[in-house]
Amino acid sequence: MSSETIALSATGPDAQPIGDRLHSWVTTVDHKKLGILYILYALLFLVIGGIEALIMRIQLIVPENQFVSPQVFNRMFTMHGTTMIFFVAMPILFGFGTYLIPLMIGARDMAFPRLNALSFWLTAFGGLLLYFSFIGGNGLYGAGNAPDVGWFAYAPLTARAFSPGHSTDFWTLGLLVSGIGSIGTAVNFITTIACMRCPGMTLGKMPLLAWLNLIMGGMVILAVSPLTAAQIMLCIDRYLGGHFFDTQAGGSATLWMHFFWIFGHPEVYILIVPSFAFASEIIPVFSRKPIFGYPVMVAATICIGFISFSVWAHHMFTIGMNSYSNTFFTITTMIIAVPTGIKIFNWIGTMWGGKIRFRAPMLFCIGFLFQFLIAGLTGIMLGASPFDWQLGNSYFVVAHFHYVIVGGILFTVFGAFYYWFPKMSGRMYNETLAKWHFWLFLIGFHLTFDFMHVPGILGMPRRIYTYEPGRGWEIWNLLVTIGVFFQALGVLVFVINLLLALRKGEPAGNDPWDAWTLEWSTTSPPPEYNFATIPTVWSRRPLWDIKHPEDPDWKYE
Amino acid sequence: MSSVAQTSVRPEWVLPSRGRVGMTCLIAAEAAIFTIFVVAYLFYIGKDISGPTPKEVLKFPLIATICLLSSSLTIHLAVRALRNAYVGAFGLWWFVTMALGTIFLTGTGLEWHRLIFEHGLTISTNLFGTTYYSLVGLHAFHVTAGLLAIVLVMILTLLGKVKPEHGERVEVFSLYWHFVDVIWVIVFTVVYVIGR
Repeated sequence: MSSETIALSATGPDAQPIGDRLHSWVTTVDHKKLGILYILYALLFLVIGGIEALIMRIQLIVPENQFVSPQVFNRMFTMHGTTMIFFVAMPILFGFGTYLIPLMIGARDMAFPRLNALSFWLTAFGGLLLYFSFIGGNGLYGAGNAPDVGWFAYAPLTARAFSPGHSTDFWTLGLLVSGIGSIGTAVNFITTIACMRCPGMTLGKMPLLAWLNLIMGGMVILAVSPLTAAQIMLCIDRYLGGHFFDTQAGGSATLWMHFFWIFGHPEVYILIVPSFAFASEIIPVFSRKPIFGYPVMVAATICIGFISFSVWAHHMFTIGMNSYSNTFFTITTMIIAVPTGIKIFNWIGTMWGGKIRFRAPMLFCIGFLFQFLIAGLTGIMLGASPFDWQLGNSYFVVAHFHYVIVGGILFTVFGAFYYWFPKMSGRMYNETLAKWHFWLFLIGFHLTFDFMHVPGILGMPRRIYTYEPGRGWEIWNLLVTIGVFFQALGVLVFVINLLLALRKGEPAGNDPWDAWTLEWSTTSPPPEYNFATIPTVWSRRPLWDIKHPEDPDWKYE
Repeated sequence: MSSVAQTSVRPEWVLPSRGRVGMTCLIAAEAAIFTIFVVAYLFYIGKDISGPTPKEVLKFPLIATICLLSSSLTIHLAVRALRNAYVGAFGLWWFVTMALGTIFLTGTGLEWHRLIFEHGLTISTNLFGTTYYSLVGLHAFHVTAGLLAIVLVMILTLLGKVKPEHGERVEVFSLYWHFVDVIWVIVFTVVYVIGR
C-alpha cells in the first residue's frame, strides 16, 4: 500500500533496558502510547471496581447477611460507582479515542501532544487521589476512610457536620482533578479533528468514529465543566466554611442535585456516544457493507448531544418538583429516544442483506444492539414521571442503568478491544477464547441484570445494606449474584486471551479484517510517525478505493 | 499511502488554526464553569438569613471596570501592531494592557479589604459572602492567570524575543483576555446591578 517499508534503523524497543522503556512510557507524548496507558489504567480500575461490586453482591446474596459491615457497604457502592464512571468508562473511551482518532483521520499525532500527556496524568492522579482515601481518609477518629456518600454525593450528606474526616474531600478533589484532565482531552479531540485531517478528508468523509468523538468532545466541555464548578463549590463549603449547599444557612440541597445532574445526564451520553462510534465502525466491516445512512447517523448524534442537556431533572422526579418541570423533563426524555432509535435502525439497516461474519467484535456489537434497545425501553418507562415515582431509587433503576453501561457500553468496548487489538499489538487473539468470553459474559450479564429488575418492582430500594427474608427478594438476589461470577469468569478469560495473544499470538498483518479506514493502511502496531507519507483520501472508505480501483466509492459519494 | 489515481486537481487543503480552535474550546469550558457560578449567585440573591446584604456594602467598582474593559482595546491594538511588524508599538500597548489589568486587580483587592475589615463580610459570613467571593474570586483568578501570561510576554518583549511571526500566538492569547472582559461584564451586571 505505501512506503511503510521504510524500516527504522534504530534498535527495536526490546533492545532497551527495562528502566529506559519505563521512562519512555512515563515521559511519552505519543498518542498511541498514551491511548494504551489510558486503556491499561482503566482495565486496572475495572478490576478494582469489579471487586467492589462483587463484595456488594456477596453481601446481598442471602437475607440478613453480614459479610461486610454497613459502613463498608456504603463505601463499596460509592467507590464502585465513582470508579466505574470516572476511572473506567471515561478513560477507556478516551484511550481508544486518543489511540484511534489521529490514525483514522490520517494525522501523525494529536493537535496538542503535551496537553494529551497532561490530561492522562491528571486523570491517573485523580484516581490515585480517590483511592488514597482508603489510607488517608481517616481525618477524625471513627470518621471512616473511603467516601461513603454515594456516587452523586447529595448535599447535605457531604457537609462537614455529616461527613467528618477527609473521605469526602478525597472524593471531590479526585473528581476535580480528573475532570480537568477530561476537559483537556476533549479540547484535544476537537482541535485534532478540526485541524489535523489529512488532505481530502472533508467533514462529510470523516469516519463515524471521528465524528462521534467530536460530538462527545463538545459534550465533555459543556457537561464536565459544571461538575468541576460544583466540586469547587463543595470544596469552598468544606474548607472555607461556605454555604452553597448548607441548608442551615439558607443554602439549597436541591441546587447540588441540579448541578450534579446537569453533568450527570450528558455524562451518560458522553459514554454511550463513543460506544456508538465503535459499533458504527465494527458493524459495517463485519457486514461487508458501508454504513447505512451516514448523514443521518451524524445528524442523530448531534440531536442526542443537544437534547441530552435538557433531560437532567428526570433523575430528580422523586424529590418533588412542580408539575411543569415534571412535564418538561418527561417530554424531553421521550424525545431523546427518537434519534437513538434512528441509530438502532441504521445499524440494523447496515446488517440487512450483508454478508455477516460472526467474529468476536461483531458478536459483542450484536449483543450491544439488543441490550441497548431494552435499556432504552426501561429508560422510557423511568422517564415517565408517574412511573418513576413508583420505581425511582429502587433496584429497577440500578438494573436499568447497568443495562446501559454494561449491556451497552461495556459490550461495545469489548468489541472494540477485539477489533483493534491486532492493530495495537500486531498480534491476533484466540477466536475460541474470545467466543467463550462473549458467551460467559452474556449469560452472566443477563442473569445479573435481567433479574435485577424484579426485586426493584417488588420494592427493593437501591443501596440497601441487607433485607429481611419473606419479601420474595431472596431468589432474585441469589440469581443476580450468581450472574456476577459468570461475568467475572468471562473477564478472566478475556484477560488471559489478551495476555496469551501478546506472548504468542499469530502476527496480525496490517489489515486482518479487510477493513476500510486509514488505521488499517499502516503497520500493526503503527510506527511512531503513523504514516510515512500523509495519505490523501477521496471517499469515506479510502482503503476500499485502493483495493477496488475499478469501482471506487468516490464515484458515488 | 498512495492516493487513488485520479486526475482532477484539488483546491488547496486549508484547515483552521489549532490555537484558535483550542482556545475557543477552552473558552467554552470556562464559560460553562462561570455559568454555574452565575446561576448559583442569582439563585441565592435575597435568600440570606443574616446580614450584611449587598445593598448595604457593595459600591460600583467604576474605575476598575473602565480599566479592564479598555484593556480589551489596548490588547487588540497591541496584536495589530505586532501583525504589522511594529514591535515597539506592540511593547507599548502590551505594557498599557498589563497596567490596566493590574489596576483592576488592585481595585478588587481594595474592595475585598474594605468588605472584610470594615463590614466583616467573609466567605463564611452568609450566603451573599459565599457566592460573592466565589464568583468575583473566580473571575479575579482568571484575570491573575491572564496577567501572569501578559507579564511573561512583556519580559520576552523586553528581551527582544518577540517577533512579528508570533502574532498568531499573541492573538490566540488575546481571545482569552477578551473572554475575561466579557465575563466581567456579566459578573458586574449580576453582582452590582441585579444583585443590589
